[in-house]
Amino acid sequence: MTIVFDTLAKILFFFVMIMGLVVVLIWMERKGSAFIQDRTGPNRAAIGGVRLAGLVHPVADVLKLLFKEDVTPANRHQALYNLAPWIGMTVAMSTYLVIPFGDFITVAGRQVPLVVADLSVGLLYILAISSLATYGTVMAGWAASNKFSFLGGIRATSQMISYEISMGLALMGLVLVFSSLRLTDIAAGQGDLIWGFLPKWGVVVQPVGFILFIVAVFAETNRNPFDMPEGESEIVAGVHLEYSSMKFALFFMAEYAHMVVGAALITTFYFGGYQIPWLPRPLIEAHAGLILTLELIGLGAVAVMIAMLFFRRVSKEKGKFGDARDREPVLGAGLWVLVAVAAVAGLGLKPWTIGPVGAEMVASLLQILTFVAKVVFFAWLFIWVRWTLPRFRYDQLMYLGWKVWLPLGLANLVVTAVVMAIV
Amino acid sequence: MSFEGLPKGSGDKKKSFRESIYLWEIVRGLGVTARHLVRNILHTDDMPTMQYPEQKRVYGDRFRGRHRLMKREDGSPRCVACQMCSTYCPADCIEIIGAEHPDPKIEKYPLTFDIDLLRCVYCGLCEEACPCDAIRLDTGIYEIAADHRDKFVVDKDFLLNNDTDGTL
Repeated sequence: MTIVFDTLAKILFFFVMIMGLVVVLIWMERKGSAFIQDRTGPNRAAIGGVRLAGLVHPVADVLKLLFKEDVTPANRHQALYNLAPWIGMTVAMSTYLVIPFGDFITVAGRQVPLVVADLSVGLLYILAISSLATYGTVMAGWAASNKFSFLGGIRATSQMISYEISMGLALMGLVLVFSSLRLTDIAAGQGDLIWGFLPKWGVVVQPVGFILFIVAVFAETNRNPFDMPEGESEIVAGVHLEYSSMKFALFFMAEYAHMVVGAALITTFYFGGYQIPWLPRPLIEAHAGLILTLELIGLGAVAVMIAMLFFRRVSKEKGKFGDARDREPVLGAGLWVLVAVAAVAGLGLKPWTIGPVGAEMVASLLQILTFVAKVVFFAWLFIWVRWTLPRFRYDQLMYLGWKVWLPLGLANLVVTAVVMAIV
Repeated sequence: MSFEGLPKGSGDKKKSFRESIYLWEIVRGLGVTARHLVRNILHTDDMPTMQYPEQKRVYGDRFRGRHRLMKREDGSPRCVACQMCSTYCPADCIEIIGAEHPDPKIEKYPLTFDIDLLRCVYCGLCEEACPCDAIRLDTGIYEIAADHRDKFVVDKDFLLNNDTDGTL
């Protein structure tokens, strides 16, 4: 019975993480793109005059989409039309099953591995499942019976067959290095050091494979520079065109859920997963008290700095709007002062005298935090690249996929195999 | 890639090796966007965006906004219904019906003076054509909004007391 509860708890962790990150990513996308383009971004939606730097907007967006009329084309293929939005979301949610987000955690004396399903063929599972997302796109393009949607579906298909092979070849190199298809083995193997100082991360041992994989993941998530199925400047909105209200919201959320998956895959395969470089788990457990103390001090310092930024705004923006929004700096400063006080109170509990059980817990939580931090960084990379690069042309992606990435992936595989045979 | 048959300049430019592998140029591009991002996060106040309904752009004195009709000292319109402005108006948006004035020193006065604000191009030629400085575009009002087309045709009384906000 316990294994059922463990699994449910881990699934819940991933579900909350994805859904929370989707909201945060939509905010990061809108606010980040605004700052990159010298705009201020969304800053109007507010709850009681508190705008949270635009974080209320995703909530407002979802509420709006929930209450909108669901307009559907008359000649749609009913079954496929209704099924398509769910496929992307389901696929994004399923890929997480095999991604380890920590080593293990000790709950009530039991060691629980921090992965939902530790499949021995985890990598094949990911390659098999993640490609299914294209079906959602193609179905949406076909079922809407609109020529622009249809063109989007065609683009999705041709895009998929162009990047899938190089993606698989890039991962084969990784499999040769870590000699396992199990994702927990790959993540654990990246905790080692090469020559005693270089972390054995995938990006260090497989730099070419990393570039191939990250480009393929960009193509798989249908994000710029490879967002051809959407291509709003060429085919209106491609496959999204005939979808409205909550069905459109599902596509929208699936895109961000895919970004989180992509970021988690890049993290797990090439950036050490939950591993902290030069700080393996035994070391964390041995010095857990010191690490926890330093973390609390750091948290307190950061909170004080942010609170000071808010205090600066308190005097500068007094009566700027003349309504409830003027309370914002005071509330922000108060919140961060509370965080700082909590950190100091945590120091009062003498964290440096933590016992071995607590030390294990600290190590597990630190690993989970590291994983989430890396995932957030790579998800930000998706947004960052989107607002930097123009879209590739449809034929350019196929040219790259077949004539550049495929030979490069094969060469990488051969070189890796030879090196592995010699070493 | 071959671009034969396409007009010159459609992507045929010879790329250097560094440009042809894209990666270095992508990293440079990411650097540019990152600079903008960091600068704008650290100096939010310096951003050129105006928070429009709260902050409004200040225009110069010569800005041509919504029209107004000037009054004499006794409060009657200065306009003598000479039709100069409506004749000169390139958008043909002024319609005046003149009438005889009871005061023999003044020849005519406008019975009606309607301006269609949707047709007006705010060129200011009516101002220049007017012989007695009766019409001016110096109110500085540029937010002109109404919920019906008919409301954009404003009459003499409105133009004589035209110092409110943009709502019609």
